[in-house]
Amino acid sequence: MAAKASRAAFGEALIELGARDERIVTLDADLAKSTMTAGFAKKFPTRAFDVGIAESGMIGLAAGLALTGHVPFACSFACFVVGRFETIRVSVAYSDAPVKLVGTHVGVAIGEDGYTQMGLEDIACLRSLPNIPIVQPADEIEAKQAVAYAVEHAGPIYLRLTRQNLEPVHDAGYRFQFGKADVLRPGNDVSILSTGGPVWNTLEAARKLAADGIHTEVINVATIKPLDDETILRSAGRTGHVVTVEDHSIHGGLGSAVAEMLGEVMPTPMKRIGVTTFGESGDPKGLYARHGLDPDGIAASVRKFLAR
Amino acid sequence: MANPDVTKLESIAREGRVQIIRMLTHAGSGHPGGSLSVIDILTTLYFNRMRYDPARPRWEDRDRFVLSKGHCVPAQYYCMAKAGYFPMDRLITLRKLGSPLQGHPDRVMLPGIEAATGSLGQGLSVAAGMALGLKLSGKASRVYCVVGDGETQEGQVWETLMSAPKLGAPDHHLDNLCVILDYNGIQLDGFVKKILDLEPVTDKLKAFCWPVLEVNGHDIAQVDKALDQAEATKGAPTFIVAHTVKGKGVSFMENEPEWHGKAPKPEEAVRAIHEIAGDSLPAWAAPVVAELSALGKK
Repeated sequence: MAAKASRAAFGEALIELGARDERIVTLDADLAKSTMTAGFAKKFPTRAFDVGIAESGMIGLAAGLALTGHVPFACSFACFVVGRFETIRVSVAYSDAPVKLVGTHVGVAIGEDGYTQMGLEDIACLRSLPNIPIVQPADEIEAKQAVAYAVEHAGPIYLRLTRQNLEPVHDAGYRFQFGKADVLRPGNDVSILSTGGPVWNTLEAARKLAADGIHTEVINVATIKPLDDETILRSAGRTGHVVTVEDHSIHGGLGSAVAEMLGEVMPTPMKRIGVTTFGESGDPKGLYARHGLDPDGIAASVRKFLAR
Repeated sequence: MANPDVTKLESIAREGRVQIIRMLTHAGSGHPGGSLSVIDILTTLYFNRMRYDPARPRWEDRDRFVLSKGHCVPAQYYCMAKAGYFPMDRLITLRKLGSPLQGHPDRVMLPGIEAATGSLGQGLSVAAGMALGLKLSGKASRVYCVVGDGETQEGQVWETLMSAPKLGAPDHHLDNLCVILDYNGIQLDGFVKKILDLEPVTDKLKAFCWPVLEVNGHDIAQVDKALDQAEATKGAPTFIVAHTVKGKGVSFMENEPEWHGKAPKPEEAVRAIHEIAGDSLPAWAAPVVAELSALGKK
């Protein structure tokens, strides 16, 4: 399989699912070409609504559609979707309206557009709502299955998708299971938990660390909420060292979720790798290197953590 | 509907005013001013307009009602109790721990509430989404949404005012949506005109392509006639500007900003009920006065 952005996989999955399920509709706020719902809109023009640059209104409309039996995907850049937190909080979450929120263009990996377009706080915000699960696929095969799951999920849900292409980290037989983390590489010295864009870099870092004799367990956490406590505890119990890697603020994201859980159940030394500043413009590779999310950066952080 | 029984509807609204005062007095907090300004509109909707079945609150073909100005939900709770969604004696659990009669509407806890509201500005877009959803499903149901005037200062309201008249075109125009503005002129901090004036609101709405009707929101026959016109309008949703009086029916509350969000004390409540129901209290109001008088002596 070739590398593909999870937003592109989402767009393709929507067309397939939309042909079978008439309840599926899309809402966009003038970014349908970027969120990749444009293909669905072309195929099903009466079920696609571009409501203009009005994200709050879009999310409210989606809630109304969800409450009348439809399966609305409300899509924009992650920062613009979750930026309308108050509408999500009341009209989607508190009303328990089964809206499928889709945030694309997550993290510093979007590159040149710079901070204002980067979703870096979306997980932190949505984790605070009691009934919105958060799913971030790591490659095409996982993304397509996550979209299919979102349609079937009875309540609201948030899908976090990348602008950039993602190298495959799963083989063709992979089955996404909601709420389950999957071990991509076994190891006994340190557990590295990653999600979304940096998962492939984490595997690369593990290969580098193996050359130094450090055996890394790499776990892909596609469902960030609810967290797969069982898989994480089993791994952490064996390695005694946990590192998290995410293209999101280190405050409130995967690292925080894991630290909160381990802190209560089984305190374990941890290192969180993620974004600690505002983002900035630049080439995506350069930005990953600057924020320590490239394979060398991840490997260096892990060595330092283990040697502390 | 043709030839509404205005006398009967007025008497339901009068009892509603008494029950609003009663609920808020028991709760010790809440919003009397806007509840009293909207009760005649809600009475007309619940008892002479909407199709619903309290025994089947999720009935697919029901009409939907969204009270976007969610703080005035005591008026809606009264209508729901009167209609049979729950017993009238539950009204005084308003705002109490464990009650589904939350301070602002809760869709999950109270069947019959269509959307959680109270964070102002959101209900209209949810209502428009429902109208679109019903059209896509080929349903004849209608959606009614009441917005507040202070609320209409929210940007999200204008996003939907801009989109709704053309949303769903050409096959699914939202002519099943009717929006009613409870234009009582007062918000928490004072007079709407002084804080952020909506005027010329009718011109603005027309410029946004809405058919606009203006009524006296306390004249049930006028409200009902406008709802008839809205229902007869094809190809576009309708906006009804209902001119109302904040605190309507209680002299010391009328047009007084301080009664936006303050519950009456028991002795004030008794005075208010006498003004609403008359000095020689009807049989249904006498026990309420006795109950509130006793509450004052506690």
